[in-house]
Amino acid sequence: MITTLPCRSTRLAGLAGVTVLALSLAACSSGTTDEADGEDTGGSGATDATSFTVLTASDGAVNAWNAILETLAAGECAAEEAALPLEISTQQGATYDQQLQLLAGQDALPNLLVAAGTPALNIELADAGKLLDVGAALEDLGVADAVLPAAATTVTNLYDGNAIALPTEFNIEGIWYNKQILTDNRIDVPTTWVELTDAMATLQAAGVQPISAAGEGADGWGVSRWIGMYLFRTVGPDALAKVASGEASLTDPEYVAAADAISELGTLGYFGASPATVDYVEALEAFVTGKAAFYYMGSWVLGNLNDPEQNPMGEDNVGFMAFPEVEGGTGSASAVAANVGMPMVLSASPYDAEQAAWLKCIAQNYGNVALRDLGIITGFTITEEAEQPALTTLIQDEMASAESSVLWFEALFSPAATLTAQENAGLVAAGQMTGEEFMGLVQDDLG
Amino acid sequence: MNQVLGDKKAIVTLLAPAMIVYSLVMLVPMVWSLGYTFFDGSVISGFTFSGVDNFVRLFQDARALDALLFTLKYAVVVTVGQVLVGYGISLLYVFFLKHSSALVRTLVFFPVLMPTVAVSLMFGKLFEFTPQNGPVNALLVVVGIAPVDWLGSGDTAFLVIAMMDIWRAMGFYAVLLYAGLVDIPEELLESARLDGAGGWRLVRTMVLPLSLPVLLSAVIFSINGTLKVFDSIYALTSGGPGSSTSPLTLLMYRTSFAYGEYGYGATIALLLTVLSLLVTVAIFRSNRRDITES
Repeated sequence: MITTLPCRSTRLAGLAGVTVLALSLAACSSGTTDEADGEDTGGSGATDATSFTVLTASDGAVNAWNAILETLAAGECAAEEAALPLEISTQQGATYDQQLQLLAGQDALPNLLVAAGTPALNIELADAGKLLDVGAALEDLGVADAVLPAAATTVTNLYDGNAIALPTEFNIEGIWYNKQILTDNRIDVPTTWVELTDAMATLQAAGVQPISAAGEGADGWGVSRWIGMYLFRTVGPDALAKVASGEASLTDPEYVAAADAISELGTLGYFGASPATVDYVEALEAFVTGKAAFYYMGSWVLGNLNDPEQNPMGEDNVGFMAFPEVEGGTGSASAVAANVGMPMVLSASPYDAEQAAWLKCIAQNYGNVALRDLGIITGFTITEEAEQPALTTLIQDEMASAESSVLWFEALFSPAATLTAQENAGLVAAGQMTGEEFMGLVQDDLG
Repeated sequence: MNQVLGDKKAIVTLLAPAMIVYSLVMLVPMVWSLGYTFFDGSVISGFTFSGVDNFVRLFQDARALDALLFTLKYAVVVTVGQVLVGYGISLLYVFFLKHSSALVRTLVFFPVLMPTVAVSLMFGKLFEFTPQNGPVNALLVVVGIAPVDWLGSGDTAFLVIAMMDIWRAMGFYAVLLYAGLVDIPEELLESARLDGAGGWRLVRTMVLPLSLPVLLSAVIFSINGTLKVFDSIYALTSGGPGSSTSPLTLLMYRTSFAYGEYGYGATIALLLTVLSLLVTVAIFRSNRRDITES
């Protein structure tokens, strides 16, 4: 006993020492981060800048940012390019938010970058002083009118009042459909949920896959959008704001019913044989090659649909409808899902005259080039008349006729709840997960 | 030499560089990570002290329990598979192929050299269900069986992961165990044969007991690798569908880097460290006992 006591004391002392050391190290790490923030906001690195660094996200089929920025550098922004050459890097979409967090943690954000897919992360970056107040910067540059007021409002609504993003997209979302398939099966464009599900039943019976949607891993937002829109139509446009504020829970019966409605479509096989293993590109390919009739997607997909090489069925064969009203619900089909897609943000530091010149040039010209070259609608003011595809005009008309807008299922959720929703939505579409299980999992992450 | 090694200053001088590098590269990050378990926050917003909140959360987190159970299931199944298949192949080398096994050994070892991501992509294509059937499903269709959505549900995805990781590592364990088997004196086996032992009886009564030490080494190698599995599962299923194939490592990675919860991520890492430590100690103890007995 006498001999063991000192040994135990030594061990305890050792353990205590390691714990104290661990706590000190971790405490130091948080302290240094804060100090670094303070120093960097001063912006001393600007004089060393040799290029205008840009980070974009890529999902294979989707990367308009690179093409448009390179066009600008060669044309409208040639002077800015000469002063500070453009240097673009691209990160895979699925791991983009992770890369952003790591770069932000090291104070190594590029000058211009695509915003994080999770709005909560952008708000966190803005609150930590990592992102430039784009609204104020455009005011200073005298080009505040380069951004459409509706787009500016959407940005501030999405990012908790922070005007941090350039609306390099301005989208509405809805259901795209294959006109030929509907005509062949004598189906009128559905205007209610019952009509839509009846149309799906007809298509399924005729051997046509009713819906194409991505449900693999983080691409599962292709399915969670269906759940979100069903909620907006049944519970109302503030359905998910109530969940975010804690006023309602995703496990409430009316919320579970929405996920169950989509799970039922999955059980009936409407999402295809294995939606949980279909990624974004495969879902798009299934639609444009005529393998599926309906495809819920944002208008950013115009870049693909307007390109004959990427759209074998032809733009004339593509129709667009708002998500229909659900019988007995309080939401209206005139409330379209609108967003700024994946907008671009600027690092708060370094930001000096050369970066400001780039910002001004992009704000004044990005919208024109996007619409002229790719038929993409942005939230920038258009100053040049350009011929545009009929499908783009159709979407602009839909935007003009929309009475109000809603966000999307995960828009107001934490990163954990967002990823949980996206990664499990594929199972709902496969009919392998009930609405109650899905909503319970996501609600757990919301706390 | 004895004079040099008897001098404490010389020992310190010789060991110090390695100890300093080891401490900086291994120990400091580990201790640092241990410290994070008592904090909440992220690299963006900074950290705040949260006491034992992360540990309380860990014990109440159903997802962490699921990941722990998946890790243990994967470790047991794949370790047993890797060592058994490897042992079977090594017996084949020694008793069947004998001196002409070099080519087969090379071919079986080849997957060990392949990048994990390449193997995962290959298995993803082999077991593909959409948009078109992969070779495995095509074969099933040929023999009149309906194609299976292998990666579309948790149970079948686990089967594919287990098959892939056993196939990928069996060559390594075959060579490791082969080295142990060729060390068994031929005279002992010959005398056993003369006493009438042959085939399975020879393996059970002579070869197995004599190759037990190397078998235990193989189990230690395998269990430690499988408890820490990350890359192959991340590349093949990303832990899906849903989170049905998420081991602790993937949950830790997601929690830290996707959710930005570094403190809780470090707590999951600590659980994994303790698990690896317990398993290693348990195996080493049983190993020591066996050696004493022999």
